[in-house]
Amino acid sequence: MNPVSQAVVWLNDPLNWTNPGGILDRLGEHVSMSAAAVLLGCLVAWPLGLWLGHTGRGGGMVVLVSNLTLAVPTLALLTILPLTFLGFGRPAVVVALAVFAVPPLLANSYTGVRQVDPQTREAARGMGMTGTQVLSRVELPLAVPYLAAGFRTAAVQVVATAALATFVNGGGLGEIIRLGFGLSIAVGGGQILAGGLLVAGLALSVELLFALVERLVTPRPLRRARRRAGRRAADAVAGC
Amino acid sequence: MSFRLSYRADPGNPWFSWQYVRDNSDTVLAALREHTTLTLRAVLVAALIAVPLAVVAYWFRPLAGPILALTGVLYTVPSLAVFAFVAPYLGIGVATVLSVVVLYALLVIIRNTVAGLNQVPAEIREAAEGMGYGRWGRLLRIELPLAVPGILTGLRLATVSTVALVTVGVVIGRGGLGQIIFAGFQNNLYKAQIMTGTLLCVLLALVLDLFLVAAGRLLTPWLRGRTG
Repeated sequence: MNPVSQAVVWLNDPLNWTNPGGILDRLGEHVSMSAAAVLLGCLVAWPLGLWLGHTGRGGGMVVLVSNLTLAVPTLALLTILPLTFLGFGRPAVVVALAVFAVPPLLANSYTGVRQVDPQTREAARGMGMTGTQVLSRVELPLAVPYLAAGFRTAAVQVVATAALATFVNGGGLGEIIRLGFGLSIAVGGGQILAGGLLVAGLALSVELLFALVERLVTPRPLRRARRRAGRRAADAVAGC
Repeated sequence: MSFRLSYRADPGNPWFSWQYVRDNSDTVLAALREHTTLTLRAVLVAALIAVPLAVVAYWFRPLAGPILALTGVLYTVPSLAVFAFVAPYLGIGVATVLSVVVLYALLVIIRNTVAGLNQVPAEIREAAEGMGYGRWGRLLRIELPLAVPGILTGLRLATVSTVALVTVGVVIGRGGLGQIIFAGFQNNLYKAQIMTGTLLCVLLALVLDLFLVAAGRLLTPWLRGRTG
């Protein structure tokens, strides 16, 4: 039997879905730890990015942070954090995932505030707004599309990375794949493939969902200009 | 001797230990070698596929969208899932790790190469045309050399992320330095081993990156005076 039909058989077994440790359990774990990680990343990265963008400082630091996390293997971070005070278990995994959520969130919030037309900012100042008011009433609303774009990138990345949590017994859908490999490819091929399909499906649906959200929160006139700007922001993050 | 070593009073669990590195230099070096060759081969293969694809996207504008979109979707699929797709067919071996890593390197190289080609000034293109260069001559002698900075940015990013990605190969037991990190985790969370693997990974990424920067300087002598 080839792996594809094995995978179809495996996915069609209701027990594989509802058993303890089955697909539904793993999906719940996967989504909950990803959500916690993205939330944690937002709490850290957004205030920092908005503030750095507001003051116009730290552009180099933003690029440095994103380049550094690119070089550190996910697996290393996932195995190192449980050895610190965080201890073994869910918190360490969530923090490790959050670390990978920070660069896109930080870079996009920074760019989001920086791209605000200087004249708009001047006008707000001229109306007598204080620095905090300029940030909260002018720059923040104008940066929302960027925040949404960063959120989408971060969410997809975290969901993808969460699949690796299985190596440190963190659960999630990756567990299905790893257990499949444990069975050897001849026996577990179907399960491996099915797990891969589930993980990929989840990542792609998260991408689609948040692409939709991004579109919804972007005011219509901004959509065209935004796309070009987004590409520039991505290039800036890529360290060009 | 080894008996005495292993029963010294409380060996502890230090973050780094030269003792560990010395005692296991063979294993560590073998892993480092595997990691390095995997990375270099992957980036080379990815470049050989990506640069021609980028040229196709550059020549035939309608194809640029689909090519970038397709590689973008591939990039969204989690690496572990790609391992799961590829392993049942290619088995547990270097070929699997290589093909997964190449897929991820593609997007970065294609995107940056297209960007590099697009920033060749139109006047230069027209001048080359006026001098009688054909499509291929222009590509090989004018446009690609001028796109070298873009291609190089792509290669650098691809190399650094490939070094990190190879570690995921532990899922099929071919993770290079990831193997060291993972073994340390299973060895009662032996910190020195995990740190050795991690540091070597980051160091390898750094060394390869510097190497590419140096290669880029050699390849683009005309840019040297400009940035000082």
